[in-house]
Amino acid sequence: MKLHISKRDTLSWQKSAAVRVIAIVLALIFIAVLCTGLTGSDPISVFESIISGAFGTQRRMWVTLQELSIMLIISLALTPAFKMQFWNIGGEGQVLIGALASAACMIKLGDKLPNAVVILIMIVASILAGAIWGFIPALFKALWNTNETLSTLMMNYIATQLVAFYTIVWEVPKGSGKIGIINSSTQVGWLPDIVNKYLLAIIIAAICTAAMYIYLKYTKHGYEISVVGESQNTARYVGINVEKVVIRTMLLSGGVCGLAGLLLTGGINHTVTTSIAGGMGFTAVMVSWLAKFNPITMVFTSLLIVFMDRGASEVATSCGLNESFSDIMTGIILFFIIGCEFFIRFKITRSKKVRKEA
Amino acid sequence: MKKLKRFLALALAATMTFSLAACGGKDSDSTEKGSTTSTSSVKIGFITLHDENSTYDKNFIDAANAACEALGAEAVFKTNVSEGEDCYEAAADLADSGCDIVFADSFGHEDYMIQAAQEYPEVQFCHATGTQAHTANLDNFHNAFATIFEGRYLAGVVAGMKLNEMIEAGTITAEQAKIGYVGAYTYAEVISGYTSFFLGARSVCPSATMEVSFTGSWYDETAEKTAAQSLIDNKCVLISQHADSMGAPTACEKAGVPNVSYNGSTESACPNTYLVSSKINWQPYFEYIINSVANGTAIDDDWTGTLETGSVELTDLGSAVAEGTAEKLEEVKSQLEDGSLHVFDTTTFTVKGETLTTYMADVDTDADYTPDTEAIVDGYFAESSSRSAPYFNVEIDGITLANTAY
Repeated sequence: MKLHISKRDTLSWQKSAAVRVIAIVLALIFIAVLCTGLTGSDPISVFESIISGAFGTQRRMWVTLQELSIMLIISLALTPAFKMQFWNIGGEGQVLIGALASAACMIKLGDKLPNAVVILIMIVASILAGAIWGFIPALFKALWNTNETLSTLMMNYIATQLVAFYTIVWEVPKGSGKIGIINSSTQVGWLPDIVNKYLLAIIIAAICTAAMYIYLKYTKHGYEISVVGESQNTARYVGINVEKVVIRTMLLSGGVCGLAGLLLTGGINHTVTTSIAGGMGFTAVMVSWLAKFNPITMVFTSLLIVFMDRGASEVATSCGLNESFSDIMTGIILFFIIGCEFFIRFKITRSKKVRKEA
Repeated sequence: MKKLKRFLALALAATMTFSLAACGGKDSDSTEKGSTTSTSSVKIGFITLHDENSTYDKNFIDAANAACEALGAEAVFKTNVSEGEDCYEAAADLADSGCDIVFADSFGHEDYMIQAAQEYPEVQFCHATGTQAHTANLDNFHNAFATIFEGRYLAGVVAGMKLNEMIEAGTITAEQAKIGYVGAYTYAEVISGYTSFFLGARSVCPSATMEVSFTGSWYDETAEKTAAQSLIDNKCVLISQHADSMGAPTACEKAGVPNVSYNGSTESACPNTYLVSSKINWQPYFEYIINSVANGTAIDDDWTGTLETGSVELTDLGSAVAEGTAEKLEEVKSQLEDGSLHVFDTTTFTVKGETLTTYMADVDTDADYTPDTEAIVDGYFAESSSRSAPYFNVEIDGITLANTAY
């Protein structure tokens, strides 16, 4: 008896959805077993605190949605680049540099210009900063065909060190190594609240999602991106200027990351630290891939990640488990979800014995 | 979609029932015991920057558990809370969930704690190491710290005794008695810490000098290890540190160089080189705030723990300490307690060759670091008397700074 692996015809969406649900259920069972086996704590109460941590109170629900929005915006930002097969691993740095740009505007212009003008300059500055951070690796790629995975990754470190440098320059009080809330008395440069402090990011994320969906699916630019992604030679053959598309797309990718940085600094934290992006620039790579570069699906994949993450801190609080345990759980769930893609794309058949043994 | 909603609603309902059940369980417990002290009805939330893997946060977590156990109060922990909006959300979430007191342990949490304090006037917000409570005009926001410079001074005495032992044994000459110190930032808390440690060491070993290296982070194991190693390479014969990882102690253990630790004993990991550790014991403060809330009395804006309150402690001496250390410590400690000895006595140190007769310290925090308070009183620098958090930031002679980038 032999096992054969062969490529499947496309599964109906119901079937593939069923496979994914089964994968998640299996992952949960696996976690439950692990949880009882290793820690002796009751898995049901662990699951419960995850849900309660993400949605337990109105405030938690808003915070979850807000974090979802930021995660979504960064994932959306990376998507056009990935679709073009340009591996932008530099989301973290593009977000950070956007955050740094808006912090710079808040600190340097806060007492010189009226609030509305400061905010306007912040928007331009942070998007521009992110775009430049995307443009540099794209330019190198276009001119010298450098490896973009490495160059975008290295740009992250430059951004982190720049933020670290300016933290020392702008620190309050001296020697403390932190900037603290910027303009806390005047609130200059703070993005306005819409209804409450959480809604602004959510609205912007919704707009970004719709815009990115339309951009990728219905515009000439979006089409060019997919053609370049499928085959650069085809793209050249049909007269697409590949270098131009690469640079244009990375300007967009970095710019949207910069926007996320603006929201983080101007809208949420009102400060900048080296950890303000919190690794979201990297997690977004996974979110975007899991969603197969579809902006709508991305809402759910980022929800999954943010939900697990928010739930994780509650697990640490209420079950007396370390937060590392929730990382393990997230890891298991992702492993199962990514693993199930195999079964969606391939099928395993058992063939009967072809020859009889002599 | 409907199904999903129903599932979510169910899940939510289940969570709430369970959490109610959990609360119910606790209440019946306490009535069974017949305890009538009101401290058992106090719920206190703790926000920590890292978790128990950081010696700094572990020190708070242990004290919190001990205090809550002693008084029967309910403790809730939120660990790994960064110094940003996260902290505000965590504090607000704890207030939402019925905490009477919310406590945060890291300096950078302060702005966000104030933000939460303004929103929840009925909840008490307490913050360690902060500087703004005495000027914030908020009834429910409080700072706390301890006179840890006295603990550092005592730890310095232990270090000085060790240096003397090395000099007597002929391993080093008196001139080679150089101490290495790994600090986090050039921040008053660190400066006050290493200066008091150095003065303690020099009070018993007059030829002692010190070199300080900064890492630019409160917790960076690699940087602390490297800094300690480079100090050892620079001929430092004894190391102490003010940063929160095990980096410096392990580097010392590896190199066989005596180490004076901070935040708690590192004897189990470094049995051969560990001398002593000074630490702030937060249990008295936690008990104080829980009792205050239970009795309905006001919490001090700015609380300073001392040797007398049991807030400043030395851990047990390691096996590597010099002979007679314990006796000497007792003697110095009683002098500190009865006020006959001041750590920053201006006759014991000079600044650029001169004795310090006046010094304006920056006690009220503002963006321009304006010095606003005369700190030299009766011939000594009165640390932690105008405000609990340290403000001694004078560079005294005998200490060289290897880098001041941070």
